[in-house]
Amino acid sequence: MEELTATHFLLLSAALFIIGMMGVLTRRNVIVIFMSVELMINGVNVALIGFAWEQNSMVGQSFALFVIAVAAAESIVGLGIIMALQRRIDTIDVADVRQLRE
Amino acid sequence: MSDLLFLIPLLPLLAATINFVFGRRMADAQTAWLATASIAGSFALSLAAFGNQLDSDEPLTQHLYDWIPAGLFHVPLNLYVDHLTAIMLLVVTSVSLVVHIYSQGYMAGDPGFYRFFSFLPLFVFSMLMLVLADNFLVIFFGWEAVGLCSYLLIGFYFKRHSANQAAKKAFIVNRVGDFGFATGIMLIFWKFDSVVFSEVFARLELVSVDTLTIIALLLFTGAAGKSAQLPLFVWLPDAMEGPTPVSALIHAATMVTAGIYMLARMYPIVSASSDAMFVIALVGAITAFMAGSIALTQFDIKRVIAYSTVSHLGFMAFAIGVGAWVAAIFHLFTHAFFKGLLFLGSGSVIHGMHEEQDMRKMGGLRKYMPTTYWTFAIAAASNAGIIVFAGFFSKDEILVGGWLDHQYALTIIMFGAAFFSSLYIFRAVFMTFWGEERFDPEHVHPHESPRIMTVPLILLAIPAFAAGVVGLPPEDGWIHDFLEPAFHVEEHAEETASAIAIFQEGEEHAEEGHHVSTAMTITFFALSTVLAIGGLAIAYLAYVAKHPAFDPRAWAERAGPVYDLLYNKYYLDEIYERLIIHPLYWISENILWKIVDIEIIDGTVNGVAATVNYSSNQLRRVQTGFVANYALAIAIGAVIVIGIALALQSDLLG
Repeated sequence: MEELTATHFLLLSAALFIIGMMGVLTRRNVIVIFMSVELMINGVNVALIGFAWEQNSMVGQSFALFVIAVAAAESIVGLGIIMALQRRIDTIDVADVRQLRE
Repeated sequence: MSDLLFLIPLLPLLAATINFVFGRRMADAQTAWLATASIAGSFALSLAAFGNQLDSDEPLTQHLYDWIPAGLFHVPLNLYVDHLTAIMLLVVTSVSLVVHIYSQGYMAGDPGFYRFFSFLPLFVFSMLMLVLADNFLVIFFGWEAVGLCSYLLIGFYFKRHSANQAAKKAFIVNRVGDFGFATGIMLIFWKFDSVVFSEVFARLELVSVDTLTIIALLLFTGAAGKSAQLPLFVWLPDAMEGPTPVSALIHAATMVTAGIYMLARMYPIVSASSDAMFVIALVGAITAFMAGSIALTQFDIKRVIAYSTVSHLGFMAFAIGVGAWVAAIFHLFTHAFFKGLLFLGSGSVIHGMHEEQDMRKMGGLRKYMPTTYWTFAIAAASNAGIIVFAGFFSKDEILVGGWLDHQYALTIIMFGAAFFSSLYIFRAVFMTFWGEERFDPEHVHPHESPRIMTVPLILLAIPAFAAGVVGLPPEDGWIHDFLEPAFHVEEHAEETASAIAIFQEGEEHAEEGHHVSTAMTITFFALSTVLAIGGLAIAYLAYVAKHPAFDPRAWAERAGPVYDLLYNKYYLDEIYERLIIHPLYWISENILWKIVDIEIIDGTVNGVAATVNYSSNQLRRVQTGFVANYALAIAIGAVIVIGIALALQSDLLG
């Protein structure tokens, strides 16, 4: 069995990030997009923790905690927007929310 | 005394500013007296400066401030008064003062009265800066400023189309000369690393004579524009569109002599190049002859005097060219008074004749305006070079100077011009003041001008008659002693270099000029007296006695094409029209306008706008409003940016 290295962390991180990104780009349901964004954030968190683990430093760890906290706040705001959207135009499909096009 | 020099130009400037800003709300008399008082102050200070220079060889200087302190390019604003400047100061301020007084009568009731009395002191300020300058940039400033004032005052009656045209013509023709002057200054700075006169003159041996010739000729181009020499004199006769006092002050006594003054100031440069001096003498002589001959055929009294001015400026340029420096300034000095007086006198005639300028519609005026007649006659005698009148001595010295410089052919041409001087000016006198009355007595009632105009005439008549005494005895008078130092400034810097050697050669000529034999002096006196009296006699026979042998009409017919040539001013205006103005119009319209302006400049501007418009129209479609598209754009952008960053860092690309 191979030893655990930063590469493994990074591969996982990249995988999570790309999956999340694909979700953001392809899905139309705002809640799913939102979940995908969370996935991307956590992909980044994995990378942070991977490096912290490799360098034996607590900086990355604490940064990841910060990111989680900010992501929590962000999801509150995001969910608020989704609620407003639902109440206002009765849909959460991004394809229907195109009032800002030219 | 040095500390007060700044007041000389400052007083007129203050008066000009106050009159320009507040003049509209001031009474006419207030503006006029303010201007006159400021000039009187300048005149008094100039007298003091002159008195200081009388028994001192040390120039007065005053450092005002550093105008352009930019590293090596350092231009101080210094006022500088040596003997040459002192004489110019006297001429400028005294004639200005007289003209200011005269203008109060001449311009009375004019709606632009306050404007006139702000431009006129402004002109005096500019002219004083020009003569007080101690470096090329300040003299150039004064040079351009007098040009501007000349433009403003020629176009004073701006509602008259011809006045506007004349003003533009004066400005544009002067621009040609100024281009040469400016190029000369740049060349001087390039070669000598300085624009201060004394520094430049001290470094003359650094450059070859050829370079000095080019510099001198460029400077002369400037002088030819301002002092109305041959190819560029066409603007001066047209400048008579301005009010007559302006013609007297700017276009006879002061501004037009700026070119002569400048050449005299550049004495070390000009005298270092014998080629340049020959060109100056040649141009001066031809100008004097041509303008004198044109003046014979003109009927507008102001134009006769204008061509006479051109002719006498030719005399001065000729004097510079043959190295008769003192004679040039001497003639400038006497000419300022008698020519100023001629213009003021003609102004008085025009005033008394209800704005009539055509001499064919005058005649017999001497009994209506005796003061004008007598003063005009004195100035005319001076202009003609009748013996004992001021103009006689100065003009004679120029002729002697030409002969001593071995320019025999040119000197003979100058004798011709001197003969014309007498003929045309007495023709003007007799046509205007003698003979039968050709005006319409029903409508025109000639009258003498008010005292405010006749007193200045009398004031000017004194120097016009007597200014010659400063040059007595001939070739060794007071003015010669006084101006000698101005034309020997570089004596102690001699030795070395060919430039200086040639310069000294010129000096020897000047020396010769002081030991003219009595026989020669008398011969020249006699010759020019015969010519002057001859001109007077012919004019008398032709216009007063009506002797059939001298009937002007018969002569005009006999001379046929020559008369037409002269009457049409050698067709110079037409030639310029055909050779320069029409091609310029054509180029302007067909190339500059239709191709450069419309196609290239407008095309570029409109093209930029059209491109932006088109590309925005295309880019508009990117704005889909679909969030996923934006996110995709961000992702792709990030990938590209990071990809480039990584690629640049990696050693794969080497």
